[in-house]
Amino acid sequence: MLLEQIVFFAAALLALAGALGVVVLQNPFYSVLSLVAHLVALAVVFLLLNAEFVAAAQVVVYAGAVMVMYVFVTAYVGGSDEPLRAEAGLIAQVGPLFAIALGIELTIAIVASGLQALDTRGAALAAGFGSPGQIGELLLSKFLIPFEAASFLLLVTAVGALVLARRRRGLEDIELEDGAGRAA
Amino acid sequence: MDVVWFVVLSAFIFCIGAAGVLTRRNPLVILLCLELMLNAGNLALIAFARMHGSGDGQIFALIVLVVAACEVVVGLGLIVAMFRRRLPIDVDRLSELRG
Repeated sequence: MLLEQIVFFAAALLALAGALGVVVLQNPFYSVLSLVAHLVALAVVFLLLNAEFVAAAQVVVYAGAVMVMYVFVTAYVGGSDEPLRAEAGLIAQVGPLFAIALGIELTIAIVASGLQALDTRGAALAAGFGSPGQIGELLLSKFLIPFEAASFLLLVTAVGALVLARRRRGLEDIELEDGAGRAA
Repeated sequence: MDVVWFVVLSAFIFCIGAAGVLTRRNPLVILLCLELMLNAGNLALIAFARMHGSGDGQIFALIVLVVAACEVVVGLGLIVAMFRRRLPIDVDRLSELRG
């Protein structure tokens, strides 16, 4: 299965590079674009794990819809080029060390884990594993309550976003003053 | 490909995201790094679903996707509200609620 390994390492490298780009790039706009590359590469990795439906949802929902919203907000707020290491506080200085330590620790834990199935390709799969049909069947039978809870969460979020975005009384004064200041 | 490769990849992505959350000060970028960490969790869930040969982990990953989308909506709404009130877009200077 040489082809599988080539695809995996290419996608994994692109995903890691995209993730690093999100953290390292100074302009938030480029960070968003880097995250899009990361998400698409991750969808390829999902495909290697026989998760077709999740990969498609990842590309459509995440790389499509959510990232468009990010791009809009970044363009609206205006990405301020933030220097990466300007007067960094203690947490910002210790942060990368902490992350490296966490990475080493997790890798040791995974590689030395007692889970013998980790070193195999995984259990034999039934036909249609990860297909939309199987996912839909599971969502509407075994996982009906989480499914309904997710829909309720979406409703709550829509209301919450409206509350956050609406114009409050008292805020207009600031905006009016500012507009008058700009006109004068 | 053995499952362990995928899990190690997810651990690395999680750590990169954690480093970003700790070091960056722009709340937009911090949200992006949170997305990275959620995606790493998703990758681990799907890898273990493949290991067990059951679809349950994939359902969990889909639910995480929904929760991440909700989190983005509220987070971006907060950032836009901050921008409208002319507050600094910088988590170090937004310390009014600090105890």
